[in-house]
Amino acid sequence: MKADVPPSGQPLVELKGISKRYGDLLANDGINLSIEPGEIHALLGENGAGKSTLVKILYGVIEPSAGEIRLEGRPVTIGSPVEARALGLGMVFQHFSLFDELTVAENIAVALSGDWSLSTVREKLGEISGTYGLALDADRAIWTLSAGERQRIEIVRCLLQNPRLLILDEPTSVLTPQEAEHLFTTLDRLSAEGCSILYISHKLEEVRRLCRRATILRGGRVVATIDPRASSAREIAALMVGNAVGDIRTDAPHHPQGETLRVSNLTMPPAGLHGQALRDINLAARAGEVVGIAGVAGNGQSELFAALSGERLADHAETIAINGKPSGTMGIDARRRVGAAFVPEERLGHSAAPTHSLSENTLISHASTEVSRSGFILMNAAKRVARSIVQSFDVRTPEGDPQARKLSGGNLQKFVIGREIIRRPKLLIVDQPTWGVDAGAARLIRQALVDLAREGSAVVVISQDLDELFEVADRMAVIHQGTLSPLRPIGEWTKEAVGLEMLGVAQAEGGVHAI
Amino acid sequence: MRFELTPRTNSPTVMRVFASVAAFITAFLIAGFVIWLMGRSPIAAFDVYVLQPLSDPWSLQELIVKATPMALIAIGLSYCFRANLWNIGAEGQYVIGAVLGGWLALRTHGTDAGAWVLPLMLLLGVIGGALWGLIPAFLKTRFGVNEILTSLMLVYVAQLILDYLVRGPWRDPKGFNFPQSVTFDPSATLHPILEGGRVHYGAVFAAIAVLVTAIVLGRTLFGYRLKLTGDAPRAARFAGFSSKATILAVFAISGGLAGLAGISEVSGQIGQLQPSISPGYGFTAITVAFLGRLNPIGILVASLVVALTFIGGESAQIMLKLPLDLTQAFQGILLLCVLAADAMVSYRIRFVTRGGGK
Repeated sequence: MKADVPPSGQPLVELKGISKRYGDLLANDGINLSIEPGEIHALLGENGAGKSTLVKILYGVIEPSAGEIRLEGRPVTIGSPVEARALGLGMVFQHFSLFDELTVAENIAVALSGDWSLSTVREKLGEISGTYGLALDADRAIWTLSAGERQRIEIVRCLLQNPRLLILDEPTSVLTPQEAEHLFTTLDRLSAEGCSILYISHKLEEVRRLCRRATILRGGRVVATIDPRASSAREIAALMVGNAVGDIRTDAPHHPQGETLRVSNLTMPPAGLHGQALRDINLAARAGEVVGIAGVAGNGQSELFAALSGERLADHAETIAINGKPSGTMGIDARRRVGAAFVPEERLGHSAAPTHSLSENTLISHASTEVSRSGFILMNAAKRVARSIVQSFDVRTPEGDPQARKLSGGNLQKFVIGREIIRRPKLLIVDQPTWGVDAGAARLIRQALVDLAREGSAVVVISQDLDELFEVADRMAVIHQGTLSPLRPIGEWTKEAVGLEMLGVAQAEGGVHAI
Repeated sequence: MRFELTPRTNSPTVMRVFASVAAFITAFLIAGFVIWLMGRSPIAAFDVYVLQPLSDPWSLQELIVKATPMALIAIGLSYCFRANLWNIGAEGQYVIGAVLGGWLALRTHGTDAGAWVLPLMLLLGVIGGALWGLIPAFLKTRFGVNEILTSLMLVYVAQLILDYLVRGPWRDPKGFNFPQSVTFDPSATLHPILEGGRVHYGAVFAAIAVLVTAIVLGRTLFGYRLKLTGDAPRAARFAGFSSKATILAVFAISGGLAGLAGISEVSGQIGQLQPSISPGYGFTAITVAFLGRLNPIGILVASLVVALTFIGGESAQIMLKLPLDLTQAFQGILLLCVLAADAMVSYRIRFVTRGGGK
């Protein structure tokens, strides 16, 4: 399983025992990694595996709790991105930082440290564009450019500083396949000239196309460093998601009844530049069961949630049926009134208003119920509802009726999930129910979701945490690039199969067609 | 070295009250210093600006007369500002309210039309202001145009419409060519509350607006919807509140109240249409709304304070030869002090020396 390319001479960058601790969470745990000069090195892993943390440490954005960074054998401390750039490290982030109203040349000039006149920038831009095939018009305004062109600006910005290591964080997530192929050619050329590249991705095909060595992270640790071309997609998927089989559920098998949710041929264009389109999604959730949706973040989960909740409307009412009622064109509150409840991924600002008290926060999803009468708020009723949520779901709060932001992540999550469950919905849709939540709260939340289903509701859980889904789901599907795999009973899934679906290579491995 | 603002975990009410008082004292000290630099006595200025108006019955009435339009407009603006929507064009909505209401007064001039004229004028004032306010709201919801720009630009359109009307079609034929309309009939005049007094019924409208708004913002779902839209817009969408409906509603409300202020001022105070019917009430009301922290009672108090600076400024101009610009400067200083005090109650200021903190 070790890479068959032996490290030659002195590595350019060497990370030794890098750890980063956030409270109880070890985001990086003793990570060792070395990058050779001119190498394209992949960093693979699921979301939450610690890739971003590691890269941010390397680029000086965050400080490691322990460990050492060596540059050409010399120990260095990288206190800020400015220092990182001075040491010859360049980074292209997934989300661009460009001024829409300025031109390409202006955007490049503002980001450069040192004295650069616009004419020098134009000149250098021309040179670099020519050498690396990064065609850019210096005088176009950013808002007229495509995502691929915007990314080129970010790359050119790095190249102007003559970097020795270029870090790219999921660079193809916003590109069309043609733009991606163009990027790969550029990276090949850079690497041939001796510039090292650290390529972060969860897309196996790309990694195989570009890299000879890949470091795989899981749970903050390095699980293997391999040659992606020598290992099968199956092997890599297994490494990424782990081999351990999830705990078999022990409670009595459920007896699903009628369909509470039916989604038929749901297709939606992406909402913005970084959005993901939904393609022909079919999904059904029956009363009494928990349906899990697995997938790597950014594959359409938030879009699916927005479509199911009614924050974005479908074109036809029949696309989504809740309790048998065509609801595709109903707003979120109308869907609540036919018996649905929703918990979005983001707690602060989406499911709860941070500066509002808990009783005010109950109004957000209970507005048309017992907490109001003919347009007036019944503040005492709202306080009563908030108190009963706090008691039933073991929400630990400061005294009285505190602001939502004063609660810890786990307690606020218990509150917002409790707020929906206490309404006894026929259908509950939850996005990332235990994201960033401590283990105790996570257990309570999962139990509450299963209990709700067993009482006869349908529960849909969208999650990146596979262990969680294996624990709570009765049936599961995987979302990849806006497409949903068939829904299968949880017993028929292996972690390996899920991993392959998550990477979008299930069909390729099965020999149907390559993606 | 640089500043860093860290949010305070709790800020008691006592501290907030104290901060407001401190802000006023600081504003007076700064203004006093400026007056001293101009070679006048700050003590005499304080006497002319504050003490004399407050101890003279005529000035006290004048205070309420001046505070009325500002309170009405600022109350309306508080609906917008709570929802983080920036209606900067209340001055224009005020003018159009006066124009549409004034139109009825001129149409019925000399006809003995009866008691229905005045209520209908007021209603037309509200409708005119609301419609003028809905233009930027519609442009925002339909085309995504920034409401700050459109509402502001429509002020100039409104002022020019008024200017055209009083110089052209609506000019008083017996008015010696002055650009003004005929004087409104008694049936089209908003009467003083007390016989022979200066304070007209517009003050009652302002008081009602304060009370109703206190209930709407504090006790109703609509009020919570505005607060949620301003504080957490995604949560407002999640709650099912349509942002388009919110935008249209708050612009209609604030435009309507500005229009009511306009027609009340014209019919109760000026008595005719003329090119200038406001010393910038619509813009000063923005200051008033924030001085009152978007709270209805606070706005009522703030409108009286700002009215005091207007009246004090006028007498200071006469008695101390201080320029009227100083009044506006003082309003600005006061607002900055109050905002700074607010920031210091909500945040702790830390000085970070270079290399000292990570």
